[in-house]
Amino acid sequence: MFYRENGQFKTSYRSDSQIFAIAQDRVAIGVLIAFALIGVPLLADEYLFRAILIPFLILSLAAIGLNILVGYCGQISLGTGAFMAVGAYAAYNFLVRIDGMPMLAAILLGGVCATVVGVLFGIPSLRIKGLYLAVATLAAQFFVDWAFLRISWFTNNSPSGSVSVAGLSAFGIPIDTPVEKYLFCLVLVMVFALLAKNLVRSHIGREWMAIRDMDVAASVIGIRPVYAKLTAFAVSSFIVGVAGALWGFVHLGSWEPAAFSIDRSFQLLFMIIIGGLGSIMGSFFGAAFIVILPIVLNRALPALGDLIGVHIDTALVAHTEFMVFGALIVFFLIVEPHGLARLWSIAKEKLRLWPFPH
Amino acid sequence: MKMKTLALAAVLTAVGMPALAQDKVQFFPSLTGRTGPVAPNATPFANGYADYMKLVNIRGGINGVKTLVEECETAYATDRGVECYERLKGKHGGATVFQPLSTGITFALTEKVAADKIPLITSGYGRSDSADGGVFKWNFPLIGHYWVAGDTVLQHIAKKEGGWDKLRGKKIAVVYHDSPFGKELLPIIEERRKMHGFEVQLLPVPAPGVEQKAIWLQVRQQRPDFVVMQTWGVMTSTALKEAVATGYPREKMFGTWWSGAEPDLKDVGQAAKGYSAVMMQHGAEPDSAVVKEILAKVHGAGQGTGPKEEVGQVLYMRGVVGAMLAVEGARAAQERFGKGKPVTGEQARWGYENLNLSQARLDSLGFKGVLRPVSTSCFDHMGSAWARVHTWDGAKFTWASDWLQADEQIIKPMVRASAERYAAEKKLTRRAGTDCQS
Repeated sequence: MFYRENGQFKTSYRSDSQIFAIAQDRVAIGVLIAFALIGVPLLADEYLFRAILIPFLILSLAAIGLNILVGYCGQISLGTGAFMAVGAYAAYNFLVRIDGMPMLAAILLGGVCATVVGVLFGIPSLRIKGLYLAVATLAAQFFVDWAFLRISWFTNNSPSGSVSVAGLSAFGIPIDTPVEKYLFCLVLVMVFALLAKNLVRSHIGREWMAIRDMDVAASVIGIRPVYAKLTAFAVSSFIVGVAGALWGFVHLGSWEPAAFSIDRSFQLLFMIIIGGLGSIMGSFFGAAFIVILPIVLNRALPALGDLIGVHIDTALVAHTEFMVFGALIVFFLIVEPHGLARLWSIAKEKLRLWPFPH
Repeated sequence: MKMKTLALAAVLTAVGMPALAQDKVQFFPSLTGRTGPVAPNATPFANGYADYMKLVNIRGGINGVKTLVEECETAYATDRGVECYERLKGKHGGATVFQPLSTGITFALTEKVAADKIPLITSGYGRSDSADGGVFKWNFPLIGHYWVAGDTVLQHIAKKEGGWDKLRGKKIAVVYHDSPFGKELLPIIEERRKMHGFEVQLLPVPAPGVEQKAIWLQVRQQRPDFVVMQTWGVMTSTALKEAVATGYPREKMFGTWWSGAEPDLKDVGQAAKGYSAVMMQHGAEPDSAVVKEILAKVHGAGQGTGPKEEVGQVLYMRGVVGAMLAVEGARAAQERFGKGKPVTGEQARWGYENLNLSQARLDSLGFKGVLRPVSTSCFDHMGSAWARVHTWDGAKFTWASDWLQADEQIIKPMVRASAERYAAEKKLTRRAGTDCQS
């Protein structure tokens, strides 16, 4: 009833190629952004910021990066954790080794370093495909883990191999409190999400998708696989690297290579599979599912136990969390193999016809 | 549909439900590792921690203030540990002190606790340089850290050989967890190597440490005179099994504080006979008064947290000692800031910094023969550097050495230098003497 585009005519190319073609969508997204920028800082408490919102935003960003590579270009990567680590450690080195380096510049330079490493490990994708490529990118994961554990120069010769940063600021504004950190991440995520969305709608995004759908056909119609695949690796690892730097700088503050282990790579891959391959929106859904759901389960179970007067001990909560979480993954993948983003668009389709579906 | 709405409502209320208003309690959060790669070892610690807190309440609380423990599962993962910290720090009137039982989590929390004004006790783990209270105002590696463990284990080896000079030219292999936890041991080994001229062979094991074939083949090939192990969780028992398989004598293997407890050895059993590990003060203490009291009053009343058999085992005792230190610090703080009232984390910090546990006091708490006196100060956040070595006889641990004291002459300058480096990196200034009374 409310959600329909009757009467909204597109009279120019500009209006035809908007991200949100329907006026209601534009309003909704505007309200959402306003709420995230103004409402959330007023309403949320410290726990919500530090334990849920900030990790959610940063991992959404990493998921967007990975989605460009896997979802849009069809190149499976298990090296996401590695590219995050490169971003984080490179940004750390820029920050501590160059006096007066602004933090934002260090983070972006971290992304640049991740781009270089990403392109390097993307070269095998020119010859190998599918699962074999996944194994090749796994090499990146192990190599990077090894490098940051063994080469002490990367960690500024820290005896324990753990590095930390403090006193963050951007444009002279300190980023100390959870609200500031949240806003900083939010702004970066918005910028990169917009960038990613526009990239995938542009000619280069279409090249990626052509390669994904059938690379032989794509090269026959004049798309260079080398260029398409390597740009996908470059853009993807840049965004992933920035996310890695944010994860280290803003979320953890102090980290070791274990923060970017193979588990992180799998976690991000699951995010985009559950959220929806080839969808920017899906990256957010996937990140929400993987980051927030386990914590909600973990907190809800003891409380539910209290309601019915049963004390559930900590280990049982952790085990139940795993089981319920796993069951939900299976459930969602059976109900909608194309991910939560697809569910979302189905819901929107239905809403257009509502309340008169026939 | 209705069911779904109901379930959703239940979940939402549960998540958003504020902590129930309670009487004045002293809240001790417990970050547990009951699942994950270190579960066999971290579980007894959490049980001991919880049981001692129950015992404190049975004894009448801290001057009448009851203790309250709430657990949060980290599974030894740093990001979950940070989430747990954020979740628990403000609950039940504010956290008194955190004991994360993970070096990774300690590193991540070190800056957060200073901002939140909550002390962090890391007995035997975490940052060794945090013993310097002048820089690390909120960290307390009470009764020892990795460098104390490393120094005492080398002292023990030297004593067995008949003096430090006998170590010259010998080869010592160090098998360590490839993470900040493992690497924290290395500076003291390096320092001693320079002093006494033995050779060191570093053998890092990637976490979680179930894959060690290659490392022990290297050990077999190179035949080091001794192996020092800085391992934790499933890694220790794997190492011992591999040592048995490669035929490396267990008598020449020495663990540090985290590598010598029953869960590590019970699977290997008789084959591990002769393996030793350095213990910061306590070991397995089944005959101590506090264990008997817990068995009688807590387990006897059906209130025990874990299985009865583990009461008095090494890691269970570590939980008990951790809880005792946490409680005694809060008690000391009460004596300054008002008896019979819960103290805030900030006040408790004063208590940990001015801890003075005499032998008589420890004995009265039931820790006779378990601990030696602990006394901290503004600049010494460790309070004691004593250790003993125990050896596995195939079924249980027996003491194999006298009391050993880590060499302050060596460790103090190392702690100070490392702390200075940290302060320079973080642009912190050393606390002035006037800050000590705060």
